[in-house]
Amino acid sequence: MTQQILIAVIVLGALGILFAALLYIVAQKFKVVEDPLIDEVAEVLPGANCGGCGKAGCRAFAEACVQQGNMEGLRCAPGGDAVMQKIGQLLGCSVEQGEPMVAVVRCNPANCGDKRRSNYDGLRSCAFEATVYTGESGCPFGCLGCGDCVAACQFDAIHMGPDGVPVVDADKCTACGACAKACPRRVIELRNKGRKDRRVYVSCVNKEKGAVAMKSCSNACIGCGKCEKVCPVSAITVTDNLSYIDYTKCIACRKCVVECPTKAIKDVGFPAPAVKPAPKPEAVEATAQPVAEPAKA
Amino acid sequence: MNILNISGSPHVHSDESTKKIMWRVNMALIPALLVAIAYFGLPALLVSIVSVLSCMLFQWLIEKFIMKVPSTICDGSAVVTGLLLAFNVPATADMLWIVVIGALVAIGIGKMSFGGLGKNPFNPALVGRVFLLISFPVQMTTWPVVDGFFPTNFDLATGATPLGAFKEGALPADITLWDAFLGHIGGSMGEVSAIAILLGAAFLLWKKVITWHIPVAFIGTAFLFSGILWLVDPSAYMDPVMTILTGGIMLGACFMATDMVTSPMAKSGQLLFGFGCGLLTIIIRNWGAYPEGVSFAILIMNSITPLINRWCKPKRFAV
Amino acid sequence: MKTFKMGGVHPEENKISNDAAIEVMPVGKQMVVLMNQHLGAPATPVVQKGDKVKVGQLIGEAQTFMCANVHSPVSGTVLKVDSCKDAFGISKPAVYINVEGDEWMESIDRTPDIKRECTLEPKEIVAKLKEMGIVGLGGATFPAHIKYNIPEGKKAEYLIINAAECEPYLTSDYRVMIEHAEECCIGISILRKALGVPNAYIGIESNKPQAIAHMTEVARQFEGIIVEPLKVKYPQGAEKQLINAVTGRKVPSGKLPIDVGCVVSNMGTTFAVYEAIQKNKPLIENILTVTGKKLPSQHNYIVRIGTTYNEIINHSIGHLPETTGKVISGGTMMGKAVVNLDAPTVKGNSSVLVMDEAESRRGAESNCIRCGKCMNACPMGLEPYLFSALVKNGRTEEAKAHNILDCIECGCCFFSCPANKPLTDEIRLGKNRVRAMMAAKK
Repeated sequence: MTQQILIAVIVLGALGILFAALLYIVAQKFKVVEDPLIDEVAEVLPGANCGGCGKAGCRAFAEACVQQGNMEGLRCAPGGDAVMQKIGQLLGCSVEQGEPMVAVVRCNPANCGDKRRSNYDGLRSCAFEATVYTGESGCPFGCLGCGDCVAACQFDAIHMGPDGVPVVDADKCTACGACAKACPRRVIELRNKGRKDRRVYVSCVNKEKGAVAMKSCSNACIGCGKCEKVCPVSAITVTDNLSYIDYTKCIACRKCVVECPTKAIKDVGFPAPAVKPAPKPEAVEATAQPVAEPAKA
Repeated sequence: MNILNISGSPHVHSDESTKKIMWRVNMALIPALLVAIAYFGLPALLVSIVSVLSCMLFQWLIEKFIMKVPSTICDGSAVVTGLLLAFNVPATADMLWIVVIGALVAIGIGKMSFGGLGKNPFNPALVGRVFLLISFPVQMTTWPVVDGFFPTNFDLATGATPLGAFKEGALPADITLWDAFLGHIGGSMGEVSAIAILLGAAFLLWKKVITWHIPVAFIGTAFLFSGILWLVDPSAYMDPVMTILTGGIMLGACFMATDMVTSPMAKSGQLLFGFGCGLLTIIIRNWGAYPEGVSFAILIMNSITPLINRWCKPKRFAV
Repeated sequence: MKTFKMGGVHPEENKISNDAAIEVMPVGKQMVVLMNQHLGAPATPVVQKGDKVKVGQLIGEAQTFMCANVHSPVSGTVLKVDSCKDAFGISKPAVYINVEGDEWMESIDRTPDIKRECTLEPKEIVAKLKEMGIVGLGGATFPAHIKYNIPEGKKAEYLIINAAECEPYLTSDYRVMIEHAEECCIGISILRKALGVPNAYIGIESNKPQAIAHMTEVARQFEGIIVEPLKVKYPQGAEKQLINAVTGRKVPSGKLPIDVGCVVSNMGTTFAVYEAIQKNKPLIENILTVTGKKLPSQHNYIVRIGTTYNEIINHSIGHLPETTGKVISGGTMMGKAVVNLDAPTVKGNSSVLVMDEAESRRGAESNCIRCGKCMNACPMGLEPYLFSALVKNGRTEEAKAHNILDCIECGCCFFSCPANKPLTDEIRLGKNRVRAMMAAKK
């Protein structure tokens, strides 16, 4: 009996030592030397692997940071300035302050429904629908409404609105840009959040001539150029029948909003006319509120 | 002005649907059900009804209260599971409550826990059956005596299956191949009659619900393998014809191994799958603890179906 | 009877417009001619506002390699050179012409006499095909002069004429065979000469016994034209499948028919070739089926290119039935659903197919039950169910590794799927992603 126990102990013990030795040798032979700094940087990152930085994931971003040694051209949008500062400290380099950004859906849902001529019955994917035809609204530039952007968002910050155009939850949006990349019509743009969350933008990407654009949507930008003329800081340019507001120049005076004949220019985050108590700012973005109001606010 | 529907091509669809396939399987199970009722009488009918109803009820409850999705009990898949589960248990009065537990395991664990029809890796009815076999070994191996058609006396008569008897020693002398073919033998209620099962299988083949690959490979392998063993030592091993006619080989090969969800998709994979089922069945029967191994064989092969699907690809055009 | 070896389905044939003889559709008041009627880059307009044009006059010139000439289908004054929304709502460059009279170019032979002899050399034939703006009328609208210009080092051995018309509903090729068999055979002889091949095979499905009998009869007068009856199976008319059915050869993945010595042409194209080469008539007309189960009457028309869908519908049946759910340009298996009925027709349009609301709706999608029907139906031996999962999860690399690009988009997988999964849509999406990925890598 003792002998048997002894044999078992010896055999198993010997095997254990053998395997331990093997493991040690293998571990030594295939050791990967990695900068411990990468781990530290990766630790700081949000870890959502959203790909908004253009890298394959958070770890790849950390590797890129450490390899480069500074933060030029690298930015983690979801992490924002706080995270960027921390990485800067770890790497011992200065970090530029970025302006907080937010995704903006540049399509106006207000008047699509009544012009609907078709019913899309295929695969629920904008990317596919875009290859089949113009979409239910008839606008060859506008939102298709199948929600590729909603599926792409890792932060639960974009949802399909009641009228078939997605709505961004500005508080949750980290400006990673995944939705903008997922949109086959390039309707979504990253713009600055603006002072006090107030921003003005052209809510249309239709490049058709005015009359044609009006046929598909009564809120389309017709490229009339009135906004361009009225803008005091020349932030607005009209190219290909489409007006664009440069958010780096815009001072949010809202003169263009009043001027726009098709109400294609939207203002977000401004208090409503002082008749009633102001509604929540999100609600303004969710449903196209009447936008024409005096610019004195 | 008409609102036009727009989609990518094609714009037509065959009249095939999941529902149709499932109800065809149910229709194919009717001959075996009738034979079971004829041999085992009222308990067979009651066990079947209880099994089917409880499967449908559990599926409905789980979809309604746990998964919160629209109910799919009308697609007939729960009925298939219920019938197959009933076919895999003895037709005794005890089974009336045991089979409800089996249904819960089959539907709840075997199917819905993976996400419902189409996502389950194992045949739900077999999951339920094996659970019952392990949990209620006595009740699950207490077979009613088969004594002519439409019996009225259901007292605690316990017969034996040919396989069980063989495991114990030898086949009862009075069982002929003809009995086994018609189903005049002991066993689970749906597996006894080879002819009724083959009738159902023929219907499925005609309606293109199944292809010949799995049943032929399954039965063929079992036949060949047991034949070789029998040639080696006829006293220790059962003769091959009797082997494929008794126990669950016919039912398993025609109805459970061919379950679309859990069997490989390519023809070559199906042949491999059938071969594995046949081989494992004979191995378990001859060298395992249980007299019957069809359920285990199919479940084991179910588990490697994803691998077979990976390995056995359809033949590509011009390759 | 011959057919392709692998996969395939048999949708309801619905050839209900079989017996409607080809009628001539009158010309409207205004024509819009798109410059982009073929595979490849749009043609460049060579007319300006106010120009007078005649029927058959060149108005769009092919200036790049993958392009085809566009000719005026009517005579009149150019109203403007602008853009116009096509049948799917996408803006394309177009020439608007106000129709005035019906004055044809003098070079076009409008007599009904059949001209049999062709003295042109192969090179000249190809040049004339280019001049006349001939494209493949089987659906892909591939410019003919590129197809018949065999690249160096390749040799054509077979000319295969696709008269399978395996798509449900379509009957335009059938009518052409019945009414213009001789012209088609002359067209085939010309193409045979252009390629220098000994024999041309006409593949006709056996559900058209009259066409088989008639073509066999007519082809007897011509050297080297053989009619090959084929078993009814979709997609018999797909290039690779037709080559396989007729010759037994298989075009490998990523290769062209010419790599196995075959050239495939559509039956309708041979008629256009005859008219172009022998009668100097450019491609300005389509032969087009107007059909649908719920329509009061079925028609086959010869229609000037540029006639709008609405004009065709108004002329043939007055207006769309109330219950219309879908209008399709092409057959039910590979045709495209039309959204803009004010759009002009283009080269290669073979039908206006009107489907009822109920039959056009797709059924509700359910879980894949791994039945393998899609795999068995696939004529390319692919695994559509697998692509569906890979595309859904964005696994583009793997989709490519499983040869998603081999898919010919015939639609057999969706057609046979009992769970109603939009497999063909998913595969197309996957193919687009794979192509984008490959382009990005380059």
